Amino acid sequence: MPADIALRAKGTTWKVSLTTEHPLVRWGFIALALGYLTLFLFIPLVAVFAEALKNGLSGYVVSFMDEDALAAIRLTLLAASLAVPLNTAFGIAIAWAVSKFEFVGKQVLITIIDIPLAVSPVIAGLIYVLLFGLQGWLGPWLSEHDIKIIFALPGIVLATLFVTVPFVARELIPFMQSQGREEEEAAITLGASGWQTFIRVTLPNIKWSLLYGVILCNARAMGEFGAVSVVSGHIRGLTNTMPLHVEILYNEYNAVAAFAVASLLTLLAIVTLAAKSIVEHKYVSVEAAEEPLKTH
Amino acid sequence: MNSLKRRRLSRMWRTNVVFFATTMGIGLLLPAFGLAETEDKEILNVSYDVSREFYKDYNAAFVKYWREKTGQRVVVKQSHGGSSAQARAVLGGLEADVVTMNQESDIAVLSEKGKLVREDWRLRFPHRSVPSTSTIVFLVRKGNPKHIRDWDDLAKPGIAIVMPNPKTSGNGRYSFLAAWGQVLKRGGTDREARDFIRRFVQNVPVFDTGGRGATTTFAQREIGDALLTFENEVSLIQKELGADRFDVVYPSVSVLTETPVAVVDAVVDKRGTRTIAEAYLEYLYSDEGQELAAKHHYRPSLARIADKYAARFPASTLWSVDDLLGGWKQAINTHFADGGTFDQVYDEIARQRK
Repeated sequence: MPADIALRAKGTTWKVSLTTEHPLVRWGFIALALGYLTLFLFIPLVAVFAEALKNGLSGYVVSFMDEDALAAIRLTLLAASLAVPLNTAFGIAIAWAVSKFEFVGKQVLITIIDIPLAVSPVIAGLIYVLLFGLQGWLGPWLSEHDIKIIFALPGIVLATLFVTVPFVARELIPFMQSQGREEEEAAITLGASGWQTFIRVTLPNIKWSLLYGVILCNARAMGEFGAVSVVSGHIRGLTNTMPLHVEILYNEYNAVAAFAVASLLTLLAIVTLAAKSIVEHKYVSVEAAEEPLKTH
Repeated sequence: MNSLKRRRLSRMWRTNVVFFATTMGIGLLLPAFGLAETEDKEILNVSYDVSREFYKDYNAAFVKYWREKTGQRVVVKQSHGGSSAQARAVLGGLEADVVTMNQESDIAVLSEKGKLVREDWRLRFPHRSVPSTSTIVFLVRKGNPKHIRDWDDLAKPGIAIVMPNPKTSGNGRYSFLAAWGQVLKRGGTDREARDFIRRFVQNVPVFDTGGRGATTTFAQREIGDALLTFENEVSLIQKELGADRFDVVYPSVSVLTETPVAVVDAVVDKRGTRTIAEAYLEYLYSDEGQELAAKHHYRPSLARIADKYAARFPASTLWSVDDLLGGWKQAINTHFADGGTFDQVYDEIARQRK
């Protein structure tokens, strides 16, 4: 939105400022915001890569040749590839239920979804230790049947699931609520089955919003530290995820490798952000394209 | 709705789904390659925070030794963290075949609370299951600008001490007990010890949660005049962060820090790894194991190897928690339990500062 508007009358032009602040104030605020971002976001980001490349490109590459580093990368990818689809399915189901149907306790349900955002991730981890730990509620039974939950892959996936539950659902619920259910009702009237309605009407409508939620969910799944740290057991090459591996390397005075793995996480985040803005862009333009058609 | 546009959009959607599924598929397959290469036997050593460099070397040596002796391939996995936190994880079900901690209480808890380790664990390996020892020393800035020579200097006004929190760290507990015990060892009374510890704790600006955190505070953030830590950790700091930046001060008396080891009976019996687990810990007492300990600046238990490296370990009067303070159980109850001397002193100082 332009701050100034040119008024033309009888051949004369006045420039009228719509904002009353002095330009100095405006530029001051912009400079402040930029300075803030530079100090707290940009410089640390650059520092991550600078530290990682301190010993040159070869030193950087060598950091990833380590077996434990590779195992950590694999584990992070595996945990995310399990947690994200599960939470996507759950997110769609719950958003569908909440936005298309009326039932008692709906508000309670929506509130419950938000618990992982409100609870500290460390608590989330401890809950699982309490449940599945050897001294926990289910621990003795699990141990008898030789089922490993915590300090193994299932625990890590569970912890990741817990902290990423809200992302897809939170993204979809307001969107699906604003869409209403007329289109679904029309489809049902025309003889579509429930599944057909979902695949051909609902899913195409929510796809961008869904993708957006999935991206956020994935970013969090890969970056989670606290909850996973509690249930991991920190076994090198086995139950250490990337964020945990970064901490280990740093504590071993191996700053270059620590920052190299950190830079990989950072790159993942940047790719995620890029994907997010592309989706956002699509999302808006599709909305804009469809809007006039709907009003016909 | 424009049908052409809709079709194009739905094609895009399909492409996205395919793309997403492929990505996830790759993510799922990648680890499978890793799982394909499983080894013959695997044991897990759950250990404390700063032993990682030693066990990295030791594990390689043991794997080689075991292969030559039995032809069996063994993989030793490591887990490191704060000693007490690690003990809690093993209690919680982390399946450690062996535990190698930095204080007796962290193994005793496995025996008392979890019944995971047999009660007589201290008698099952030589030297009361302590293959190597260390002690608490001071690391000061190059040239020792504050003239810190012994314990009394640490308690002087204007000195800043860096050490980890005794509530959460074995390193911190040893440092606290070292400061307390030196008063008793030099003929002081409990009252005098308490008086000293108050002046001492007053000089600690912040307690880090773990040993490595305290090192970072002192060495990299350059906070404080003296870092209290294990002798073996000091040599590593000098190696990694520059020998020319720090001096080591050996106090006249200090605590003997023990690193006890134990086989986790419940786990090895379940997993069928007892033979390897016991051999793994026994090998710590072999010449090679002891030489490696000395190389990493742990004081060897075997007199023969200890003598060989005597020059590396300056003699100072060392006392043990068992002898001077009546054992770990009593030491923890007196000093670190809620309301113990540490809490009392800490509260007094906090009130005074207000």
